[in-house]
Formats: sequence, C-alpha cells, structure tokens
Amino acid sequence: MSTDNLNTIPCRKMFTDTLVELAKNDKQIVVVTTDARGSVTLDKFASELPEQFVELGIAEQNAVGVAAGLVSAGKKAFVCGPACFYVARSLEQVKVDVAYSANPVKILGVSGGVSYGALGFSHHSLHDIAVLRTFPGMHIVLPCDIYQTEKLVEELVDYPFPVYIRVGRNAVPNVYENENAPFKIGKANLLLDGNDLTIIGTGETVYHCLQAGKKLLEKGIKARVIDMHTLKPFDREIVIKAAKETGKIITVEEHSISGGLGGAVSEIVSQNCPVPMRILGIPDENAIHGTALQIFHYYGIDTDGIFEKALAFYNL
Amino acid sequence: MKKENEQKIKELQLQAEKIRRKVVEIVYGAKSGHIGGSLSSVDIETALYFHIMNIDPKNPKMEGRDRFILSKGHSVEALYSVLEAAGFIDTEVLETYGHFNSVLAGHPTKKTPGIELNSGALGHGLSVGTGMALAAKMDKKSFRTYVLMGDGEQGEGSIYEAAMSASHYKLDNLVAIIDRNTLQISGKTETVMSLEPMRERWEAFGWEVIDMQGNDMGNIVETFENIDHTNAKPKLIIAHTTKGCGISYMEANAKWHHGLPDAEQYKTALSEIDSRIQNLTTA
Repeated sequence: MSTDNLNTIPCRKMFTDTLVELAKNDKQIVVVTTDARGSVTLDKFASELPEQFVELGIAEQNAVGVAAGLVSAGKKAFVCGPACFYVARSLEQVKVDVAYSANPVKILGVSGGVSYGALGFSHHSLHDIAVLRTFPGMHIVLPCDIYQTEKLVEELVDYPFPVYIRVGRNAVPNVYENENAPFKIGKANLLLDGNDLTIIGTGETVYHCLQAGKKLLEKGIKARVIDMHTLKPFDREIVIKAAKETGKIITVEEHSISGGLGGAVSEIVSQNCPVPMRILGIPDENAIHGTALQIFHYYGIDTDGIFEKALAFYNL
Repeated sequence: MKKENEQKIKELQLQAEKIRRKVVEIVYGAKSGHIGGSLSSVDIETALYFHIMNIDPKNPKMEGRDRFILSKGHSVEALYSVLEAAGFIDTEVLETYGHFNSVLAGHPTKKTPGIELNSGALGHGLSVGTGMALAAKMDKKSFRTYVLMGDGEQGEGSIYEAAMSASHYKLDNLVAIIDRNTLQISGKTETVMSLEPMRERWEAFGWEVIDMQGNDMGNIVETFENIDHTNAKPKLIIAHTTKGCGISYMEANAKWHHGLPDAEQYKTALSEIDSRIQNLTTA
C-alpha cells in the first residue's frame, strides 16, 4: 500500500460519479436531496438522470421520510446532504422511518466531521457515530479514500440494511493504491502489521494513522494499523486479536471522544481482553474554527499528533 | 342513493360497529390504549379497508396494493381491530394486545401484517406517504396512498415540509385525512394551539381540500368514491369527527384521549354498541 498525495477528487464526488454510472443501468436508484446539489456534487446526476432525482428544498425531515417511503415502495433511495443536518434535524426520521421501520435507505452525509471547519460548530458533525450506533439496525460506514468510496457505492446499491455514510468535503490523500482496494462492509482492513501497539482509524484519520505508523517504523516501533471503515456492524475479531497480540490500542477519529470509534473499541476490549487504550478525537468542547487540517493538527489527530501520542504511549 | 349503495353503507356501518366493539374490548383487556382517537377514526378506516382500498388480506404485500399509513399511531387499537376484521391478523393475535411481548405494540409496527410503517412519533406519516406516492408516479403504477393524521398532530412542522413537496410533485394519488375531532390530550385544539383556518392553510399549500363527515358512513363512502385522482393535486380530507364516537359518556371529552373504562363503564359501552348492532342487523 502506498499513498498518492496528488489525488484531487473529493470522496463525495467519487460517490456521486459512481452512483450516476450505476443509476444509468438501474432505474430504481433514486437520489433524494435538499438544497444540496452543489454541496453533494449532484449536478451531473440531476442533469443526466432528472427522472431519478428528487429535490425537496431545505427540509431534511421530509427528505428522510420521503426516502423511507420511496424505499418502502421498491426504490433504492440515496438521501444526500450535509452530515451535520441529517443526523440532527432529521434524527427522529432516521430513528423511526429508517432504522426502526427497517427501510434500507442510504444516507450520504457529506462534509462530515470538521470538514466545514471554518463555518463553525453548527456545521460540524462530531456526534453522528455516537448517536447512530445506538439505533438498532442502522449500519455506519466512513470510507477513507476515493477507491474505498467507489467500492462502497457498488456494495450499497442492493445492500438490504439502512446505512449512514460519512465522507469529507475536500480531496484527501489516497490510502489504497487502486480500485482493487479490498473492501467489504463490516470487515476492517489491516494496513500495516506489527505487534508493538495498534492504531485504529476511521474515515479521514486512516491516512494519518498509516503515516504515523510508518514514522514509528523508522524509530523501530512496529505499529499495527487498522482501517475501521465500518463502525456498525463492528469487526470485533480484529480488535480482540489486536488487543491480545499488541497489548496497547490507540483509536483516532474525527468525532467526539465520547461514544464513537474509541467508545466502540473500548466496549469490546474492556469486556474481552482489557489492555491500555488512548482515545484521540475532539474533546468535549465546541470545536475550534479553522480548516480541517488546522483542526486535525490542533487536536492532535493528524500524522504528527498521532505519532507523538503513540510514541509516548509505547514508551509508557 | 341507489338501493345497492344503501345496502353497502349498512353493511359498512355494521362492520364499523363490530370493530368499535373490538376496540373497547381490547383497550379494556389491555388496560391501556388511546380509545378516544381510535373511536373517532373507526368509520374512516372501516370504509378504506372494506370498500375503498385495493388490498388482499391473504397477500398483505401484494404488488400494486393501495397503501395506508396511520400517522396518528397512538390510535392503533382501531387499526388492529380493522386488520383483524379484514383478515390480516387472527382473532387470537388481536387478543394478545397489551400482553407482555405481544406482536401488537402500543403503536403500529411492520411486524403486524398489513402495516406499512412503524409509526408513533407524530408528523412522520405524510412524508413517508409522499415518498410512496412519488414512487408510484415514477414507476407509472396506479396504487394510491392514504395517510391518516390527527388534528393535534398538525402542530408538527414536518407535516408542512411534506405538504409543500406533495403539491410540488403533483401527487394526486396521495390522500391525507385529518381526524378533526377538535380535541388533543390537553384539551381543545384551538385552545392548545390554533389550527384554523385549516382549509385555507392547506389550500395555500396547493392541496385540494375536501370536508367530510368522518363518522357518517354514507358521507365517507361518497367522499372517497368521488375523489378526482387526475387533477394534479394531492387531497386533504378534513374528517369532522367526534372523539370517543359511539360511546355516549366518552364523546367530545378530552379525558377519553387515553382514558380507561372501569367495569361499569365497559358494560355500558358494550351495551350501547350492541344495541346499534341489533338495530342494523334487524332493520
């Protein structure tokens, strides 16, 4: 696995470009959106497949409910819009009409986490994993790069469960080399092997976890790095194995340190193979404003921050 | 009215009274439920399930079936009793209502054959119904979608998001009904939060609004039968009803939103219904 720092395609665009191609051959695929054509990069879908495009104005509650109705009547509906609104304003629709009613709606939350960094906390979504993990039947995926996003979309079309997908706003460096990147919902990927400690990331932090793992290797520390793209259903086995074989686990997420990836890993580790852990993420405060990378750096969830925390943790 | 129509109305009236009796029985048995709003909506649901909708109790997921969503999910006792009478669920199942781990929850779930949506949180049904009606338009299917809402429910803002989208997409295959019994849990709707002018509000959203006497079977049937499904407008039926309809001491009293009859009241309720059943059977 190597990195391609020249990637200029945001994951949201890869998502919608892939969906357009699939939707051309599958008329049951429909996109539901609010006033988010641009935010989601849906212009191409809207112009090429207007009959499969449902625009509802700035009304997230209705968007999720309508998508549930479309799916209930046989459509393959993707609701697309900014993550911060779909898991807040329309949360009850996600809970009742989608998860509780087992309507396999796909909710694409774009510009998640601190992607809208400079716009302020109203536009951040740092609670979504914690909240949605507690909805029975809801699946949650955070792809880390465009190759994984492409594979994800292909799997989602006929996936029989409701899924929340969170991607960022800007293009991010690739973690995988090509479109043959291994991907299956619910099965985490091992990016770097080692037995000295484990670093687990999800979504956009995965790249930084991998880079930190490589820097540690230069110091002679063999970190195991895991891409936990699926937060639910959770790959328990890979976590228990990592706890047993490496004895220390760090989790890194663009999310509150409460109830997200760190919480999920802790729940498994503490009850199966207790080992020391560190949970890196956004603390219990209204996150600082800035670009996503500035915010990552400020809270220590970029390559350097992870490297330093991992080094100190290893030497403990 | 033609002779055969009169006969049909009478059959539906009889069916509605039998269902009303079931509602009282299961609420009394369960010692829980929302009897007032169930009784106000019994006649509407009876007309839909026994006369208007294209459905098959033996094949609840039939392709092309009409859809019904009980958005005012708390009035589930009426829906369960209608589904039992129509043959979607067995009598033994209906009798488990209120029991521990019964398949029949206190609000509708899809575990019950014939139910299309888990509901109970108010203000959701019209959006989901809009999605169903939109799917029918996209696929050029002829099924219709009916959504029954409460009048107190009209306080939920999400309803108006759905209202504007249904008229934007010209969903003339969508029929929303408001059970306008004028009472909600805390008292009169107009005291708690004014809902009038209801007609003008919905017309302003681009809907065709129709008034209906929602406890008058003849008027219910006539209203549903005469809906124009070709005029590019979603329909809003304001069903003027009486909360607790058919049980004298419950009628038009907010206390019976979720009041429970005691043994004496139970006897009175059944006797009032039975006397109407007797009249309808012998007349």
